[in-house]
Amino acid sequence: MSALTAGPPEAAPPAAPPKASSTAPKSVRRKNAALGLLAWVCGLLFVLPILWMVLTSLHSESDAATNPPSLAAPLTLDGYREFFSAGNGAGPWPALANSLGASVFSTLFVLVLALPAAYALSIRPVRKWRDVLFFFLSTKMLPVVAGLLPIYLFAKNTDFLDNIWLLVILYTSMNLPIAVWMMQSFLAEVPSALIEAAQIDGARLPTVLTRVVAPVAAPGIAATALICFIFSWNEMLFARVLTGVVAQTAPVFLTGFITSQGLFLAKVCAASLVISLPVLAAGFAAQDKLVQGLSLGAVK
Amino acid sequence: MSTPTTTPAPGAHDEQRPPTSRPATAAPKGPPNRLRGWVTRAPLLPALVFMIVVTQLPFVATLVVSFFDWNALYPEARSFGGFENYKEVLSDPELRDSVVTTAVLTAVVVLVSLVLGLLLALLLDRSFRGRGVVRTLLIAPFLLVPVAAALLWKHVLFNPEYGLLNGVLSWLFGDDAPQPNWVSDMPLAAVEVSLIWQWTPFMMLILLAGLQSRPSDAIEAARIDGAGAWQIFRYLTLPHLRRYLELGALLGSIYIVQNFDAVFTITSGGLGTANLPYTIYQTFYQGHEYGLASAAGVLVVIGSLIIATLALRVVSSLFREEVRA
Repeated sequence: MSALTAGPPEAAPPAAPPKASSTAPKSVRRKNAALGLLAWVCGLLFVLPILWMVLTSLHSESDAATNPPSLAAPLTLDGYREFFSAGNGAGPWPALANSLGASVFSTLFVLVLALPAAYALSIRPVRKWRDVLFFFLSTKMLPVVAGLLPIYLFAKNTDFLDNIWLLVILYTSMNLPIAVWMMQSFLAEVPSALIEAAQIDGARLPTVLTRVVAPVAAPGIAATALICFIFSWNEMLFARVLTGVVAQTAPVFLTGFITSQGLFLAKVCAASLVISLPVLAAGFAAQDKLVQGLSLGAVK
Repeated sequence: MSTPTTTPAPGAHDEQRPPTSRPATAAPKGPPNRLRGWVTRAPLLPALVFMIVVTQLPFVATLVVSFFDWNALYPEARSFGGFENYKEVLSDPELRDSVVTTAVLTAVVVLVSLVLGLLLALLLDRSFRGRGVVRTLLIAPFLLVPVAAALLWKHVLFNPEYGLLNGVLSWLFGDDAPQPNWVSDMPLAAVEVSLIWQWTPFMMLILLAGLQSRPSDAIEAARIDGAGAWQIFRYLTLPHLRRYLELGALLGSIYIVQNFDAVFTITSGGLGTANLPYTIYQTFYQGHEYGLASAAGVLVVIGSLIIATLALRVVSSLFREEVRA
């Protein structure tokens, strides 16, 4: 990371003209501008590998594999074209459809299971709700890989191997603890005075849920769903061990792109970007609540 | 600031709401206490039962298999082996190495991403033009599919012949530029770098939220009293950030201990980078040693339980502290 600190310390005042602190002394303004510029440099440095991936995906295979790198090589969509026609002509569509199915259905199951659970842990808490919450979290700390063999054997003996529904169930269990924590935090934000007032006015449970709880908690629930979607979409260990030709998901498909012969950089970059697009979209859509969601509700 | 704390204690809650105002109860008028308890518990049960069946039962099965001498390639030779598998696993240098690798990998990735995340969060905690854009740019690495990120580092950046890193070296130093083979020269560091790149944004987000929740009046007061920037950071900001740092470390560890994608993609577990998930995967998926893999799995679970108990204590103290914040 020495490149970061070796950046522009003093010599860069004009780039980011100070707005807010026009009354501050000149040296302070200059320092602020320098630090702002440094932040920009860091941001660009972090995103540089992705930008390079975008550029590489738009080059021909031979231009992608030069040293020194060819920046100004002609752009082409060949990488994307090859990606979409890969895998015996069917292209990535079956794998993408499998990923989409596994992610969407597991997210739906998670919501169906986690919403009532979170309700019973926040709005009308059961006794020892804190212990229950920690039980959910503790399942997240046990290594997935230790349960992998029995799951594999079970799937093999029940013909569930290479079946997308097995992944749906496993992804549901993978995300349920996180979702319960997140939703518990989002539902706890609903002021209990509001719920009580509605109940005193004679509102029944469905009304309370749809009119009082839902409006406050909806953005949080949406963010939870997006985060669960991301984790399911990203998962690879289960998908690799438990699926084959039929139920293969996008990340597994992606690893199949690497061949020992021939050039594949542009193809791999194109494939990686296309497969990451849903995650990028979901992540940016959830950006406002991303921190609260990922920190299990501890940080707002 | 806190989450679970905003709900009143369960007991108090029950008193506050008269049972008649509960529309969900089975009997219209004040059902007996036990029934009421089950009505409150009912919404929780599906999730709880599901979790126990899907995550706890396999462990029981693992425990059973771990006592068998069972190689899938010789199914007829399956027999009860007692603690043989455990003896073999504990004396297996490969498994011991992968314990160390897991610890080193997790510690390095978590600590370095925390430090970098803190520096970035400090930079982003001040106003400058385009702050929102920079924040968005910084999040992007975290939102790449992990396998895609690992492939990007391995083939597009680290490749010794035409990777970007060596390409930049050629640009800078011409034909005599050093052209290291990054992955084989420093395999574990290569895995770590790719993970740090993905996890720094995560730490940055949590720490930035921590910085922005600092009480500004205390800092203003310290500044008026003549405290320098370093003193404010050391005595006000850092103590305030402590629980955010702990939370980031804990959550990061949960995910990185279990990392499979980066190790699998970048080194295939070779060159001393096989961590526990990879080693167990290998033992069972390629070695077909079901008994051995299960014994290793049981040992890993025991280890995780010990660490998780400590970690959960940290989390629960974190959430309790927030009552006071």
